[in-house]
Amino acid sequence: MTGAQFLFYALGLATVMGGLGVVLSRNVVHSALALLLSLIAVAGIYVLLYAEFLALVQVLIYGGAIVILLLFVLMLTRSGESPLVLDNPQKPVALVVSLLFMAIAIVSFFLTRWKLAQAPRGVDFSVLGGSLFQDWVLPFEVASLVLLVALMGAIIIARESPQ
Amino acid sequence: MIPLEHFLTLSGILFSLGLFGVLARRNAVLILMSIELMLNAVNINLVAFSAYLVSTEFVGQVFALFVIVVAAAEVGLALSIIIAIYRSRATSNVDEVDLMKW
Amino acid sequence: MPWYVDITARVGAMLIFLILTVLALVWLERKFAGRIQMRLGPMRTGYQGLLQSLADAVKLLLKEDLRPANADRWAFQMAPFVVFVPIFLIFVTIPFSRELVIRNLDMGLFYIIAVSGLSIVGIVMAGWGSDNKYALLGAVRSAAQMISYELPLVLALLGIAMQASSLNLVTIVEQQRFLPNLFMQPLGFTLFMVAALAELHRSPFDIPVAESEVVGGPFIEYSGIRWGIFYLSEYVNLVAVAALASLVFLGGWEWPLLPPAAWFLVKTFALIMVIMWVRATLPRLRIDQLMDFAWKILLPLAFVNIFIVGLYRLYQWPTWTVSLISLAMAIVAAATVYHFPGGERR
Repeated sequence: MTGAQFLFYALGLATVMGGLGVVLSRNVVHSALALLLSLIAVAGIYVLLYAEFLALVQVLIYGGAIVILLLFVLMLTRSGESPLVLDNPQKPVALVVSLLFMAIAIVSFFLTRWKLAQAPRGVDFSVLGGSLFQDWVLPFEVASLVLLVALMGAIIIARESPQ
Repeated sequence: MIPLEHFLTLSGILFSLGLFGVLARRNAVLILMSIELMLNAVNINLVAFSAYLVSTEFVGQVFALFVIVVAAAEVGLALSIIIAIYRSRATSNVDEVDLMKW
Repeated sequence: MPWYVDITARVGAMLIFLILTVLALVWLERKFAGRIQMRLGPMRTGYQGLLQSLADAVKLLLKEDLRPANADRWAFQMAPFVVFVPIFLIFVTIPFSRELVIRNLDMGLFYIIAVSGLSIVGIVMAGWGSDNKYALLGAVRSAAQMISYELPLVLALLGIAMQASSLNLVTIVEQQRFLPNLFMQPLGFTLFMVAALAELHRSPFDIPVAESEVVGGPFIEYSGIRWGIFYLSEYVNLVAVAALASLVFLGGWEWPLLPPAAWFLVKTFALIMVIMWVRATLPRLRIDQLMDFAWKILLPLAFVNIFIVGLYRLYQWPTWTVSLISLAMAIVAAATVYHFPGGERR
C-alpha cells in the first residue's frame, strides 16, 4: 500500500466516523464537532485529488465559519442543555431508505464505465482563478449577489422586532 | 493510484449518512448539519470527476467552489430562521413547528 | 536524508524555538508593562527576574490538572490542543529567510488565513465544555469577535496579494526589497494591526477574557498543563501575527547589513513590543462598541483599501500616488475613530 492509499483510507475513515458522529451522537455540540472532523477530513481528500485550493477553501469556510456559526446558534438556542430526544419516530424508515440509497449508489458507481483520463491530474490555482474570472465570471457575480442577499436576509430575519 | 470508484464510494456513504440524518433528526440545527454532509459528498464526487475523467478539465472544481458558496449562504439564512423560530416558539425542533398559523 | 527525518527535524526545531521565544516574551511583557506603569516587574528569580517565566512553567507542569465534575470530558480535555495545533500549523509556511522555512507553499498566505481560523473552535469547545456560565459567555463573545475581525484582516491581506500578484510569502517578501509594503499601503497595515489585536484577544479588544467581566472567559476552569497550553498558544499566536505582519508589510529579511533571519526577528519583535505597548496603555472596549467598530469602520475601510490597490494595478498609477492616498485614508480613519461616538448601550 502506498502512502497516498494509506492516507486516503485513513481520511475516508475519519470522514465516515465524523458523519456517523453527526447523525448518531446524543449531544448536539458533539455532533457539531464531529461535523468539523468530517469536513476537515474531506479537505484532506481534496488534497489527494490535486485540488489544494479547494481544500483550503473548505478549511476556511467550513472550519472557520460554518461550524462556528452552528456552535454559536446551538448555544443561543440552548440546544445543548437538556437531554431531549433528538430523533423522530421515522428513524427506522430513514435507516432503510438511506441504506437502500447507499446500496444503489455504490452498485451504480461500480457498474458505470467511466471515461477515465490517462492519470488523475490537478490544475494550478492561478489557472483556476483565471478561468473563474473569465469563463465563469457571470456565475461568480451571481454568487456574490447571492451572498449579499443572504447576508441582508439573515440580518433582517434574526433581528429582534422593534416593538 | 487510488481507483475513482473508491472516492465515489466514500461520497456515497457520506451522502447516505446525511440523508439518514435529515430524515431521522428532530433538531433543526442537526438537520442543517446533515445537509452539509450531503453537500460535501456531492463535492467529493465533483472534484473526483474533475481529476479523473477525460474532457472535464477543472469544471468540477469550479462547481464545487460554487457549491461551497451556496452552502455558506444557506447556513447563514437557515440559522437566522432557526433563531427567529426559537424566539417565538422557544424550540428548535422541526416537528414542533408544524402549524401554519397560531 | 529521508524526507520524514528532515520534516521532523524542522518541525521539532520550530517547536523548540517557539517555546523558548514564548518564555522570553512572557518575561519581556511583564518587564515592559511594569516599566510603562512605573513598576519594576519580576525581580526576585535570577538577575532582573530573568528566570521568572521558567519558574512559572515548572509550576504549571507540576500543578494538578483539575476538571469540573459536570464538564464535558471530551471537549474539555481536547480544547487546548485544538487551539494550539492550528496556530502552530501557521509556522509551517512562515519563512525566516529564503531557505529557513519548513515548507514554502505557493498558496502560503491563503493557507495561513485558512488554518488560523480553526483555533476558534477550540476556544468554543473550552467555553462550552467547562460547564461554567462565564466560560460560555466568554466563548460566545470570542466567536463573535473573531468572526467579525477576520473579515478586515483577510481583506487587508488581500490588498497585499493583489499588489504582489502572488500568495507565496517568499515572493511577496522579495518584491519589497526597495519599498516595504508599509509605505505602499499604510491603510492596509493599520487595518491589519487593529484586526490582529482583536484576533489575538489583546487589549483593547480583550473582552472575551476580561477579568473584571467574565473572570478569564473560556479558560476559567483550566489549571496546570492544559491552562499552560492555552497560555502558550496565545503567545505563539502573537508571534505568528507579528511575523506575518513583518513579512507582508515590513519586508521580512530583505534589508542589508545584518543576516536575513536576524532582520526578520528584529522586525517581528519590534511589532510584538508595539502590541505590548498598546496593551499597557489602552483600556478595554465595550462589546457593542467592538462590533460597531468592526462592521461600520474597519470593513468599509478594508473595501476602500482594496479599491485603491485595484485602481493602482489597473491603471498603472505611479507608486507614490497610492502611498499618498492610502496614508490620507489612514489619517482620515484615525480622525473618525477619535471622534467616533461611543454609542448608548441599549
